[in-house]
Amino acid sequence: MPLLTVTDLRTYFHTRNGVYRAVDGVSFSVERGETLGIVGESGSGKSVTCYSIMGLVPTPPGRIESGTAMFDGVDLLHSTPAQARAIRGKRVAMIFQDPMTSLNPYLRISEQLIEPLLIHEKISKADALRRGLEILDAVGINDAAKRIHLYPHEFSGGMRQRVMIAMALITRPELLIADEPTTALDVTVQAQILELIKKMQRELGMAVVFITHDLGVVSGLCDRVQVMYAGRIMETTDTRTLFYGPRHPYTRALQRSIPSLQPKGAELYTIRGMPPDLSKPLPGCPFAPRCEFALEKCVSNNVQLIEVAPGHAHACLRAQQGEI
Amino acid sequence: MPDPILELRDVKTHFPVTHGFIFKRHLGTVKAVDGVTLSIERGEVLGLVGESGCGKSTLARTIMQLVPTTAGAVVLEGKNLTTGTLAEVHDVRRDLQMVFQDPYASLNPRITVFDTLAEPLLVHKVCPAADVPARVAELMQLVGLSPRFMQKYPHEFSGGQRQRIAIARALALEPKIIIADEPVSALDVSIQAQILNLISQLCRKMNLSLIFIAHDLSVVKHISDRIAVMYLGKIVELGPAVEVIERPLHPYTRALISAIPTANPDAERSRQRIVLPGDPPSPMNPPAGCSFHPRCPYVQEKCKAAVPPLIPGDHNRTVACVRIGEI
Repeated sequence: MPLLTVTDLRTYFHTRNGVYRAVDGVSFSVERGETLGIVGESGSGKSVTCYSIMGLVPTPPGRIESGTAMFDGVDLLHSTPAQARAIRGKRVAMIFQDPMTSLNPYLRISEQLIEPLLIHEKISKADALRRGLEILDAVGINDAAKRIHLYPHEFSGGMRQRVMIAMALITRPELLIADEPTTALDVTVQAQILELIKKMQRELGMAVVFITHDLGVVSGLCDRVQVMYAGRIMETTDTRTLFYGPRHPYTRALQRSIPSLQPKGAELYTIRGMPPDLSKPLPGCPFAPRCEFALEKCVSNNVQLIEVAPGHAHACLRAQQGEI
Repeated sequence: MPDPILELRDVKTHFPVTHGFIFKRHLGTVKAVDGVTLSIERGEVLGLVGESGCGKSTLARTIMQLVPTTAGAVVLEGKNLTTGTLAEVHDVRRDLQMVFQDPYASLNPRITVFDTLAEPLLVHKVCPAADVPARVAELMQLVGLSPRFMQKYPHEFSGGQRQRIAIARALALEPKIIIADEPVSALDVSIQAQILNLISQLCRKMNLSLIFIAHDLSVVKHISDRIAVMYLGKIVELGPAVEVIERPLHPYTRALISAIPTANPDAERSRQRIVLPGDPPSPMNPPAGCSFHPRCPYVQEKCKAAVPPLIPGDHNRTVACVRIGEI
């Protein structure tokens, strides 16, 4: 049985300018110990999906319209606050994009680091601090005994992200949701953090949901990938197939726009047009207006995410019918 | 025959760090740019890469004379900007324009696109006031925007469109050099490609020299003729783009390139990555000798003794590493 099963999740934002369908019917599951990548451009709904699962969507304007997120028998979207608290921060943890803003600047690292332990486990402060030191060591912070009492501003960006990871992992979660954890970091530091996440995953045997817009990061880290666009899943498959045999035109287009895969100096491939306005209803395929293969039926017909091979599903009408 | 349009001669930009308001105590000096010598040819695209804090943006600002130069010379077509008067620098800025990273912050939200693009034309009096609307329309077309949107405000545009406006503003005075400081890092992949195409088309069409600053090496490789790699205020490697990316010589460049994740799962899983330990040291208190030595996997005693000079090698390449033949 999968660790987390999300079914038909819809999160809409009710604003003065209309209803934004940020997540519009997303279903997926995460097995124990696996790494799932969620890839998409900004506004594709990849972060809102995870915020919904964690109960972090600001309400109002956000509202979860439908769907379930079953984590080990408990529906995270419809559980009582007490049930949700027992899981969130203990069995499911999250790290965020910007380590500069996600730590509390007024609190010492020690206080924020052991807070989840004090909340979720019957543990004395001294024991919690000892666990805090262990985990800081594990995430590669040298001289942890001294540094644990410093404030966040005394750490560099990479170190802060390590602290964030330590804080998320201190309760030994079964699922870690990482929302673009390396986007704000330099490539050399990004390499360190990716290695660290892989190492901690091996040691704790946890599942990871890794949100990113960088296909390169996905290729080395994830077992499975799902590509999102306009609040929907366009394609989901194992990492190798995604790179070597993508079926959905959007996935192909994304890959073709990566500069490193193209001959130097040549005109870069671009996806024409702009992402759709999510406040307008989108009948048919949301990518159709930008798709080079789109036909009349792509705009008018409803498109479903259909499994075309074991573990490989995509939402392209023409590819499903074998036309492209 | 080399025909450099811009030359940097041992440029240094240092910032004093003080404490207190009236009785300023001098705490130290941040050597943001510390001895950069570089020249750019007419029509050439020079990529400038390095981690955050290595001084690449400060170098750009130094060339623009937006920050005072501590030592050295910035020479544009024979004119030394560092010794020029304010009026001279003002005139020279016509030839030297900049595109910034964040199109959300670099455009004035209170004025229309027309006013944004007309301002440089009016300040530098490049054309009669009556011709300004026509010139603005022409500029907008040049960057792929419809002149219909002339009276709109920046918030009505998407990130990619705003960056186009910023590029149009830079082109308004028909400069000879454009400095683009991370112009695509705030944009999505699909929009990134559009802006990169636009920049390289315009440079070819107008025979512009371009200094392209980025931390994404694959983007830099794609667009640049030559690449300069900076570390802690100094250039550590300089050479033709393909050579530098495919056969990096300096240990720092090697680590930087090996850190980039590639969109190729098979290669990604099998390759050996050089993971650098630690963070870059503080530019206030750089290590003695080669500033990269505390993180370098090939470090020896001699690296700590003296600052390695840039040594010219084959294929127009220069590298600042004393162990270059040995590693």
